[in-house]
Amino acid sequence: MASGQAILRRVPIVSVRWRGMPPAGLVAAAGLVGLAALLPVLYLLVRTVEGGADAWDVLSRARTVQILGRTALLIITVTGFSALLGVPMAWFVTRTALPYRKMLTVVAALPLVVPSYIMAMVAIDMFGPRGVLQQTLGAPLGIDRFPDIYGLPGAALVVTLISYPYVFLTVRGALLRLDPAMGEAARSLGYGTLRTFWHVTLPLLRPAIAGGALLAALYALSDFGGVALMRYETFTAAIFTQYESSVDRQVAAALSLFLVVLAAALLLLEGFTRSLRGRFHRGSSTAARAQRPIDIGGWRWPAFTFTLMPALVGLAVPLIILSWWLVRGLANGEELVPLWGPLRSSLYFSLLAAAVTAAAAIPVAVLAVRYRSPFSRAIELVTYIGFGLPGIVVALAVVFFGVNVANPLYQTTALLIFAYAVLFLPAAVGSVRSSVLQVSPRIEEAARGLGKSGLSTMLQVTLPVALPGVLAGAALVFLMTMKELPASLILSPIGTRTLATSIWAAASEAYFARAAAPALLLIVAAGIPMAFFVLRERQMRNSY
Amino acid sequence: MIAPWNNDGRGSDTVEVETGLIDVDGVVCSYSGSDVNALDGFSLLAQPGEFVSVLGRSGCGKTTALRVMAGFERASGGYVRLGGRLVASSFVHVPPNKRRLGLVFQDYALFPHLSVERNIAFGISGLDNREKRRRISPLLDLTGLAGLEKRYVHELSGGQQQRVAIARALAPEPVALLLDEPFSSIDRAQRVVIRRDVRRIAKEAGATTILVTHDREEALGLADRIAIMGEGRVDQMGRPDEVYAAPTSPEVATLIGPCGLVPGVMRGREVVTAAGAFPVNGAAGALNDGAGVLALLRASELELKASTDGPEARVTYREFRGEYTEYGVRIPSGLVVRVRKRSSELFNEGDRVAIKERPGHAIAVFERRG
Repeated sequence: MASGQAILRRVPIVSVRWRGMPPAGLVAAAGLVGLAALLPVLYLLVRTVEGGADAWDVLSRARTVQILGRTALLIITVTGFSALLGVPMAWFVTRTALPYRKMLTVVAALPLVVPSYIMAMVAIDMFGPRGVLQQTLGAPLGIDRFPDIYGLPGAALVVTLISYPYVFLTVRGALLRLDPAMGEAARSLGYGTLRTFWHVTLPLLRPAIAGGALLAALYALSDFGGVALMRYETFTAAIFTQYESSVDRQVAAALSLFLVVLAAALLLLEGFTRSLRGRFHRGSSTAARAQRPIDIGGWRWPAFTFTLMPALVGLAVPLIILSWWLVRGLANGEELVPLWGPLRSSLYFSLLAAAVTAAAAIPVAVLAVRYRSPFSRAIELVTYIGFGLPGIVVALAVVFFGVNVANPLYQTTALLIFAYAVLFLPAAVGSVRSSVLQVSPRIEEAARGLGKSGLSTMLQVTLPVALPGVLAGAALVFLMTMKELPASLILSPIGTRTLATSIWAAASEAYFARAAAPALLLIVAAGIPMAFFVLRERQMRNSY
Repeated sequence: MIAPWNNDGRGSDTVEVETGLIDVDGVVCSYSGSDVNALDGFSLLAQPGEFVSVLGRSGCGKTTALRVMAGFERASGGYVRLGGRLVASSFVHVPPNKRRLGLVFQDYALFPHLSVERNIAFGISGLDNREKRRRISPLLDLTGLAGLEKRYVHELSGGQQQRVAIARALAPEPVALLLDEPFSSIDRAQRVVIRRDVRRIAKEAGATTILVTHDREEALGLADRIAIMGEGRVDQMGRPDEVYAAPTSPEVATLIGPCGLVPGVMRGREVVTAAGAFPVNGAAGALNDGAGVLALLRASELELKASTDGPEARVTYREFRGEYTEYGVRIPSGLVVRVRKRSSELFNEGDRVAIKERPGHAIAVFERRG
């Protein structure tokens, strides 16, 4: 959900556009994609408004206010801790002479790939009432009961561990682009390392921090699995319960709409901080100069530990515990065979979603880059709906739409893939868009000059050159689909289980051991492409 | 007018006697992962209040030299003394924030999140507000920035940004001012005016100034003394006119002005080349007859005469430049020698000519090595 935006921002925009009308086929295709992305949410809106008084009733209930308070509290806690972790970590790995910097950079970003429901299971097993910590430390320390992990502390821990990488990666990117002469200027004016960081680096990073914090906040808003397992009822969990338990889905729809409003508010807030960016922006010609990392002397090892710790807790501990469960489960005669079905459907759905979404992203991206107009911008904006919207809202919207309008499609693979596409279109569009931006319009013009039509130019020149970006977009969608939980829960064809839903089923009944194998599989499947992305980004930087 | 160099007894970690003397001697510096020393015996001495330019090709190590003086790179040999205090050697490294040097960076590195006023005040944040104002207002006058205090960097022109950078560097009353290619991002038309301003500001502030540049016009025009850099060290240093008149090596000669180097042989007080024979200047007196040399032929020190005998030299191009006309003359060895001539009498392409020295000029020669 977030990666699309991150990719979008990273690319220097050298938009050279063609004057004149875009080909009709391109407009039609992009328009269709835009309409498809808009449809479910529009439908949700219409239904709720039709519901009228009932919906208002729901929103003014005391319980709703409670949920709102809890959601806000979670967002604030998670965003705050993510910034406290992510900003110093990014500074350490980009600017200081930390041991094993390269390894740390990759490792620190990796907890991003751990699905929140897996993180939550592990946290419960560690810190829960009968957890590892209680069993090993409880008796010797004479503590009967550790503070309860359920509720806000657990939810905040789990969600922070997954969302601090958003801040870390965004700020790291900004630091790599930041002109090192800024810091040197401060140093020459008598500022030591710490004061330079505080008075120069930090203020200059403000927009990047705000951007990363937004991603973290949106994630906290939209997370369902981890928060639900921690029994902390935010909007997503409330919507799911409402949807599962009651016949009247009006309430779920009204709550969803409220969540939409919250997401929009967060986006507006970040947009506001971005409007201040004029002051921060500068083109720098010397930023690429290799600079000597700052020697922080005796602080190296504490800084190293600080940077490694979140990844240790957020990645290594889950891997170890899951492996332990797996071994223990196998020893107790648990069978691996039931895994084959979920794995196959996960792969099948994810590949399908990746192909469909990447294909849908192409016309949108080409139109947005080559033919900028209010129309193309509107379509691009519409495809970003999935970026701001929690998966559960999109899933519900698609359900309503399916039940009432496209009934034959309800509970089919097609509708599930449709939901994935709406959710992950931003990632694909961002990736495709950035690679189309790097295709020089001159070579397209050369093809036109050699007698090719607009369409065959796109097929024979633009797309082949932009292919790496299209594939990267598809890979991102694949990765996100593998992890996705709420839409898979709500929309999977009856009887079909994915890795994610089988982990969820096992976890919500506290059969953790049964969840171990699919969880490990999922983390590995998601982790490999992620490490690849981080490494590739660095290579691109180095090749300047 | 401000007089930043009187020490008013602040700060315990600063030196007591500040003369603005910069003494760099035999500095060696290499970047990690490279066998070649970026600096290899770099020496430079700048007197208090002096304006010194360091001229060199890109990659010769001139920016590294500045960064060693500033403390951003470490010296592995030699030493750097600022105002009499040892700040860098193989065993001493005073961090940049304790060196009290004013730096002006290539892209200025102004803080975009601060106003002009707060940019300038950045280095004197320890002072109270009244004292800050007392320091800043003469700087604003000096740099002509009065009235722009509240602006942000992106609201200033390139020249204004540069002056903010200088004012910011001067505010903490540094021992000396170091300028790293400060004019490279200003467009040509403005550059001449701005660099004149920069010299005036530095002189009025009484600051020892070191300017690093690859632009010869800039280096020659601004400096009291100029240091010509070869690979990692200073090849020659002196007053611009002295160095121009008597470069000590062909490398220095080509760096300091456009010229042709034509092989020749010594014969008495003359050098005989494919372009003709020319009297040599005093510095070449020690060379024996028959010694192989390179003759330094500068377009502005040569004359053209119509000719029918002597070496077969013909005009290959003629470019009218207003005050003078530049000719390219192909000499028998195939080299093309440039000659500038007042525009009154014109030759045509293909005309046979003789190249002579301007009356009263003697040609510099360098002994040919190898």
